[in-house]
Amino acid sequence: MNKTVNQKAWLFVVPVVLLVAFNAIIPLMTVVNYSVQETFGDNTFFWAGVLWFEQVLNSERFHDSLMRQIIFTATILAIEVPLGVAIALTMPRKGVWVPVCLVLMALPLLIPWNVVGAMWNIFALPEIGLLGRMLNGIGFDYNFTRQPEDAWFTLILMDVWHWTSLVVLLSYAGLVSIPDAYYQAAKIDGAGGWAIFRHIQLPKMKRVLTIAILLRFMDSFMIYTEAVVLTGGGPGNSTTLLSIDLVKIALGQFDLGPAAAMSLIYFLIILLVSWVFYTLMMRNEQQ
Amino acid sequence: MAKITLDDLRHSYMPNPTAEDDWALKQLDVDWEDGGAYALLGPSGCGKTTLLNIISGLLRPSHGRVLFDGKDVTDLPPDQRHIAQVFQFPVVYDTMTVYDNLAFPLRNRGVAEADVDKRVREIAELTDLTETLNVRAAGLTADGKQKISLGRGLVRTDVNVVMFDEPLTVIDPHLKWQLRSKLKELHQRVGVTMIYVTHDQIEALTFADQVVVMNLGEVVQIGTPVDLFERPQHTFVGHFIGSPGMNVMPCEVSGGNAYVNGVRVEAANAHACAADAKGLEIGVRPEFVSFADDGLPVRVTKVSDAGRFQIVDASHDGGSIKLLVAEGDEIPADTAKLKFDSAHTQVYDGGWIVGAKGGAA
Amino acid sequence: MTLELKSIGKSVGAEVHIHPTDLTLEAGSFNILLGTTLAGKTTLMQLMAGIERPTSGEVWFGGQNVTGVAVQKRNVSMVYQQFINYPNYSVFENIASPLRVARLPAAEIKKRVGDMAELLKLSAMLDRRPSELSGGQQQRTALARALVKDSDLVLLDEPLANLDFKLREELRDELPRLFSDRNCIVVYATTEPTEALLFGGNTATLMEGRVTQFGPTGDLYRQPNDLVSARVFSDPPMNVAPVRKTGSEIVFGGDVRWPAGERFQSLADGEYLFGVRPHHVTPMRKSDAAVPVEGRVLVTELSGSESVVHFEINDIPWVSQSHGIHAFDVGASATLYLDITEAFYFDGEGRRITTAAPQGH
Repeated sequence: MNKTVNQKAWLFVVPVVLLVAFNAIIPLMTVVNYSVQETFGDNTFFWAGVLWFEQVLNSERFHDSLMRQIIFTATILAIEVPLGVAIALTMPRKGVWVPVCLVLMALPLLIPWNVVGAMWNIFALPEIGLLGRMLNGIGFDYNFTRQPEDAWFTLILMDVWHWTSLVVLLSYAGLVSIPDAYYQAAKIDGAGGWAIFRHIQLPKMKRVLTIAILLRFMDSFMIYTEAVVLTGGGPGNSTTLLSIDLVKIALGQFDLGPAAAMSLIYFLIILLVSWVFYTLMMRNEQQ
Repeated sequence: MAKITLDDLRHSYMPNPTAEDDWALKQLDVDWEDGGAYALLGPSGCGKTTLLNIISGLLRPSHGRVLFDGKDVTDLPPDQRHIAQVFQFPVVYDTMTVYDNLAFPLRNRGVAEADVDKRVREIAELTDLTETLNVRAAGLTADGKQKISLGRGLVRTDVNVVMFDEPLTVIDPHLKWQLRSKLKELHQRVGVTMIYVTHDQIEALTFADQVVVMNLGEVVQIGTPVDLFERPQHTFVGHFIGSPGMNVMPCEVSGGNAYVNGVRVEAANAHACAADAKGLEIGVRPEFVSFADDGLPVRVTKVSDAGRFQIVDASHDGGSIKLLVAEGDEIPADTAKLKFDSAHTQVYDGGWIVGAKGGAA
Repeated sequence: MTLELKSIGKSVGAEVHIHPTDLTLEAGSFNILLGTTLAGKTTLMQLMAGIERPTSGEVWFGGQNVTGVAVQKRNVSMVYQQFINYPNYSVFENIASPLRVARLPAAEIKKRVGDMAELLKLSAMLDRRPSELSGGQQQRTALARALVKDSDLVLLDEPLANLDFKLREELRDELPRLFSDRNCIVVYATTEPTEALLFGGNTATLMEGRVTQFGPTGDLYRQPNDLVSARVFSDPPMNVAPVRKTGSEIVFGGDVRWPAGERFQSLADGEYLFGVRPHHVTPMRKSDAAVPVEGRVLVTELSGSESVVHFEINDIPWVSQSHGIHAFDVGASATLYLDITEAFYFDGEGRRITTAAPQGH
């Protein structure tokens, strides 16, 4: 009997399966392993059941950092998505300026995350940083290393600077794919700018915006490097977001069990929110 | 509703057109009567879409004026010209219902909601959309969406002209029939000026009272479907209109008679030829060629059954010729003689018909 | 070599895409799959090619069971509605690509590509990229690539659908010639009945995943087995109306009646469906046997050479297609003549009644 194409096709999937196994499944299993056991560091393990999960879920510290994380993510989404869409709308859709705009927009995305953190750290220093000096110069009492509000302000500003471009580029891709005929029809129908945005541009951008929001949600929920370089979670614990807290527990205190349980809870939150969000958007689409 | 005048119109996409080919649209002077049905017909790249965009106001012509009812609208944007347009690919507002789609142009103009409702229902009735008024527009089939586009145009009471840009491209053949006759019916019922752009001769000829045939940015002939069929002003029109197109073959004219391969054929305008004219051609449609006892000797090379008629390919010393024969009629097996209907056989000089002013140029 | 589909079927989940189908295509034959969009033409082709695997039945080729043999291992070519070429290859390399895969010597490739380009009128543009070609030339390139490797099976999936009207006519004329001296099986999918007629060969009519009839094109057109096949193979759509046979008469709409004639004299009394193609409904009486009917005119389309009249009788829409110019006013009452000698009669299940033999029940 002859072999079919379909059977051979499975071979092509093997590398991906292996990659995913090494990349995700094996490390994840290690974490699961730690999360249900107790160890005293000498490589002996005891069964701990759901003890660590209970401990983490009941700890005030986790509640605090989770709340900070939610506020951070909600804030940057509330700023970056409308701002990104607004910038994309003002970008030229044809002509010589298109590549210039695109490259300018892409620039922040090309800078390594730790560099972004370091850059903003220096930029915002109250004594020598351009931003810090300027804010103090115009009468603000600004010091992000001492005042929690200032630290938050700087952190959010940095994230907006770094990541709004992603929303811009994705929205722009959605915008340029709208056929000219739609704009022409709208002009003929006497639609104003808002009506065009509301009934043509926004619906046509919905798919890419969904992806942009998902990406920004996941990335910001897991933000670590930039924040740690900029504020180190401080002053105090004021900017200790989930991932920073996690690292403090796992590496600072070497509490592997609670850290592993926290990682899994963290992972499940992201998975759940992404899934709910995506399902809602897609169901909306099908109606 | 309005009479449309194109006055000394020309357009080039280049800043400084010099050569003849730089013009996407060459010299054009046309008057379109209020309430007429017109078609712009030509192959791709002939300039018909350019012309359409100039009329709708999406493009400003490099030269000349566009007048609606004698009023210069050349510099007016599309929304102030009171036009409607149906595009090649259906444009509907996906997130709205059919009702809201139809209401959109009125609401944008601040019409009172009671009037909007009345007018939308009226137009929905005309365009067979009443049943689907509360359905989301995105869920409709292509022909339904085109009806919405059309409805959005007709819903306004102040529409000067409705323009169609190859509106049947994405419609299935068996639905094309329905939508096509629907457009024609709508035109007869609402009496608004309509301009239909297409490369499909059947659509153009069946829809329009007057067809503008364009080629290479130039108007080759403006006429009724009958004019274009029976008396093409240029061999291009003869070829482009009709399926199969007009037979064109070299001929000689002497003493008021035309000769193909030395065989005399009667042509309506042979007497008008200059005695010493060179490079003349004779044009006759397959519909006007028939088998006869005497005439041009040919060999039958192929017979295609088109259902209600047969297309016969025949070859003669100077080339090949096609003729149409009715369904079931006898066709000679090999050699035969052909007769041309003299009233519909014309001599062409350099592509243009002899004895009449050539085209619009 | 013969291609045999043995009760081949394709379902995806609970959805049946192709109902079990038997079809035998002979080497050197030109076969047309005729049906509307989504009738299953493309799926059937993919099953023939081995791109899709049937969920039931077998595909035999040249006496061998090839069900499940990869398309790469079969000698198959395919041309699609979209113009699919390698964008960064020249026309020459595009045409040569299947030969390069087959590792033919360079000299041989050069010769075969040259011949193929000559045949498809591409010789002058062998060095160009597909993007520099017109739509017609791009599709010629795709055709050349499909033909250059001497496939056993050539599948053409609406290859002319995206071309301008006149280009379509030109390529349609050339296609049969390209295959005339080849021994391959050609399968050509189209939505247009006229195209099927002009190609001749064999036609299979498809409707909702079912092959309703298969046979020589002309026979299928003139002797459809059932109402579905007749409808698929009619452009404009066939007129269908309920009639009643009483005694020696056929009665339509209460007051129109005509003799059943010799052929249907012995038919049992009862309700039937009567089908007549639009060109057998004419404004002029063609023969004494034609039956006059009164209708209300909905719209008239005049194309210059023929007239299409849409009218209704007792709320049933009718279409008449005839030579010449016959104008009617909208809403006017018109007399049209049915050529009942060319009409079909169908029974309650939609089967065409072919026999004059007395019905037993």
